[in-house]
Amino acid sequence: MTRIALRSLRKEYGNQVAIPDLDLDIGEGEFFTLLGPSGCGKTTLLRMIAGFNSIESGTISFDEVVINDRSPSARNIGMVFQSYALFPHMSAAKNVGFGLQTRNVNRAESERRVAEALEAVHMAHLKDRLPGAMSGGQQQRIALARALVIQPAVLLMDEPLSNLDAKLRVEMRETIREAQREAGITTVYVTHDQEEAMAVSDRIAVMNLGVVQQVGSPEDIYRFPANRFVAEFIGKTNLLERDLRQQDGKAVLDLGDGITVDVTAMVAPGAAGRVQVSVRPEAVQVAETGLAAELIDETFLGSHSQVRVRLASGETIEFLQFARRATRWERGETIRLRLDTDMLTFFDAESGVSIMRGAAA
Amino acid sequence: MNETTNKYDGWTAIAVMLTGGYLLMVIWPLMLVLFSSVTGPEGFSLEGFTTFFSSRLYYGTLVNSLVVTVCVTLLALIIAFPLAYFMTMFRVRGNRTVQILILASMMSPPFIGAYSWILLLGNNGMITRLVQDLIGVKPPSIYGFVGIVLVLTLQLVPLIFTYLMGAWRTIDVSLLEAAESMGVTGARRALKIIAPLLWPTILAGSLLVFVRAFADFGTPMLIGQGFRTVPVLIYSSFVGEVSIDKSFAAAVAVIVIVVTLLVFLIQKYLAGRQKFTMSALRSIEPRKLTGWSNFGVHAYVYGFLVLALAPLVVVVVSSFRNTLYGQFVAGWSFQSYLDSQRDIWRYVGNTFSIGLTALVILVVIAVLVAYLVVRRKGVLSDALDTMTMVPYVVPGLVIGIALVTAFSQRPLLLTGTFAIMVLALTIRRIPYSVRSTTALMYQLNPSIEEAAVSLGASKPRTFIQIVLPALAPGILSGAVLSWVTIITELSTTLFLYNTSTQTLSLGIYVEVIRGQLGTAAALSTLLLVLTMLSLILLMRLPGGQKELRV
Repeated sequence: MTRIALRSLRKEYGNQVAIPDLDLDIGEGEFFTLLGPSGCGKTTLLRMIAGFNSIESGTISFDEVVINDRSPSARNIGMVFQSYALFPHMSAAKNVGFGLQTRNVNRAESERRVAEALEAVHMAHLKDRLPGAMSGGQQQRIALARALVIQPAVLLMDEPLSNLDAKLRVEMRETIREAQREAGITTVYVTHDQEEAMAVSDRIAVMNLGVVQQVGSPEDIYRFPANRFVAEFIGKTNLLERDLRQQDGKAVLDLGDGITVDVTAMVAPGAAGRVQVSVRPEAVQVAETGLAAELIDETFLGSHSQVRVRLASGETIEFLQFARRATRWERGETIRLRLDTDMLTFFDAESGVSIMRGAAA
Repeated sequence: MNETTNKYDGWTAIAVMLTGGYLLMVIWPLMLVLFSSVTGPEGFSLEGFTTFFSSRLYYGTLVNSLVVTVCVTLLALIIAFPLAYFMTMFRVRGNRTVQILILASMMSPPFIGAYSWILLLGNNGMITRLVQDLIGVKPPSIYGFVGIVLVLTLQLVPLIFTYLMGAWRTIDVSLLEAAESMGVTGARRALKIIAPLLWPTILAGSLLVFVRAFADFGTPMLIGQGFRTVPVLIYSSFVGEVSIDKSFAAAVAVIVIVVTLLVFLIQKYLAGRQKFTMSALRSIEPRKLTGWSNFGVHAYVYGFLVLALAPLVVVVVSSFRNTLYGQFVAGWSFQSYLDSQRDIWRYVGNTFSIGLTALVILVVIAVLVAYLVVRRKGVLSDALDTMTMVPYVVPGLVIGIALVTAFSQRPLLLTGTFAIMVLALTIRRIPYSVRSTTALMYQLNPSIEEAAVSLGASKPRTFIQIVLPALAPGILSGAVLSWVTIITELSTTLFLYNTSTQTLSLGIYVEVIRGQLGTAAALSTLLLVLTMLSLILLMRLPGGQKELRV
């Protein structure tokens, strides 16, 4: 098992800086995901680890050995590509066996390991088939087997599921997670799909514009986003701009409609001023009393409905409501909302950085 | 996004070697022609050009060439468009067979067409004699302008046709349905909707027809008689028939290149203004016709087919006729084959040895250049990309002249050798091969190479074990297509052969000129058989069918 350390990494394309300065540590056997919108530098970073992209400055090391100058073929990596990249002229088994062949593994052992790898991804029955005659999901399983069979030090996956349909995606991510756990290989996984990232990762690094915004477990980054970008990118949220006051040694948030809440225990000591409050949909409840809101629309989605309301301030809030009621609200009707204070997070209105107690600035 | 960490690997060396070789073997000889066109006995002189433009005898050939070429291009378009239209829109019996036969007529050696129309409609031709015997009147002469236009048009309609058929497959049927829903149908729809959609293809196809017709030497030489085109002028002035110095031939060659280049640039400009991409989700479903319209469509398609195939049938049939002093006489036998057996074996042997050598070199160069152009973008690759297109605008005859000029002295004395024949044929085909291989290479997902490298394969190993095999089907079918054009090539090698390097197509030319019609027919039949066998092989290859769609 391998630890990966990235130190002061910098990547430029011409005079464009893709990654200005990046540090990351990925632990032994960890399933680590680089998550971010397209163009955030996540794939660039992955390809730097693989050795397909040059490094302008900084170091990448596997187990404290700097590997900057090693060619991709000498890094002992297994890579799964977005386009699968199966060799079109080779059968499934030949594809999987290719890495063993380059490593001069003897024939008997190679055959045994290929059979095992195909078994692990449930593809043993298609071993003689050419990639062209396989579905996307099957091709991706072969690609995974091909990357794992060489027992690489590091497994790298570049949006491996993005070309599959929704149902298959869920199925495949379980297969990937299972296979990775069993092999115990340190894995770096790139995706732009936050749900996928949450489902498979031990830890996630959220990236934007070549900068790591936050590193943490899926739960951490969802519940305690380091900044507004992370809060909005991970899951859904409503942002309200409010004033935070220090009053008699307490931090008081004025929600409007004369409702104030004491958030002293949540925010950093002494925090005050204009703030943005992130209100997750699940923190909103309809109640007898509370913030007045005018219903914009309610979309029935089966088990629940999605409700959009407008506050007196003009801000809109979206939340989910289990569809237990027989009657639905009329458009324009006023309802009252209660916000679950414990689930709110606060950001400085200007910088967007979290001002929560204990937030890593 | 796909730059690699070590930019300077073996490929840089290969790029340098290819560029150097290309400069020496292609660019330098062509520069010599250019140089020779502006050199007189006392240094710099534009005499070649002034001579050309001062006498109608000379500049008239340019006018002739342009008139012929424009007529052929327009006629070919006018005939090919309905042909393609009928074949796509309506159910035509034996559709597949018709397409294959049209293709076969396109692939057949161009000068065989001229030769066999002489057999049919020449002074002593079958139809001429028949008509004369029946009604006592001599039909109009096939020689000259009419003959050239007839032969070239029939030869080149299939070319535009194949282009159009390929483009037609990218038109989504919903576009036609949309037009229909707005009340535009039939011929109006063909002109208002389909023709504009096919415009880029029409332009590209027309350019190819123009270039081919303009540079064609065999047809006007055999059937033109008094009607001389520029390639014929180049030929006769270079071999000294009209005893003018070589710088005149060079000047004419330069004029031809300039005209071709101009047309090429105009086409590029026009095509650049009209750029759009299409891909059909649902392609056009042919409709069943009834009654007279059905008859009309079939008559058109099969009528063309008969005209296109007639020359081939005539040649094959003629090869089994008896001859006396080269002329056909009554009776049938294998005489034409048996009498010139020894020559035939020599021609066939040379065709294979020279053709295959050229083909192997061609494929290797095309694959290397394509890889450099697609995967190693850079100054050298760009230069190679552009340079390999140069022979596209240079007529075959001029390539021949350039090679004779450059390689007739020590230390590069190659004239009359096997090597110069191979070189000429390779140069002639390079633009086409590089283009098609580059297109193949673009389709190959770059991740495949990265996957191989990530699995521990070295770069040479990745290239040999992954890139080449993955491209192999496309390369192979492209090679068969190149092979067909190599064995039917005439003009490029005309100045370069001697008796020990004469190929089948050169043999046919020489025998026709010598008036040995029987031997020429026998050789033509062999060349046709060879061509057809190659095409059948191509169709059997995986992916070969696709290649034939152009």
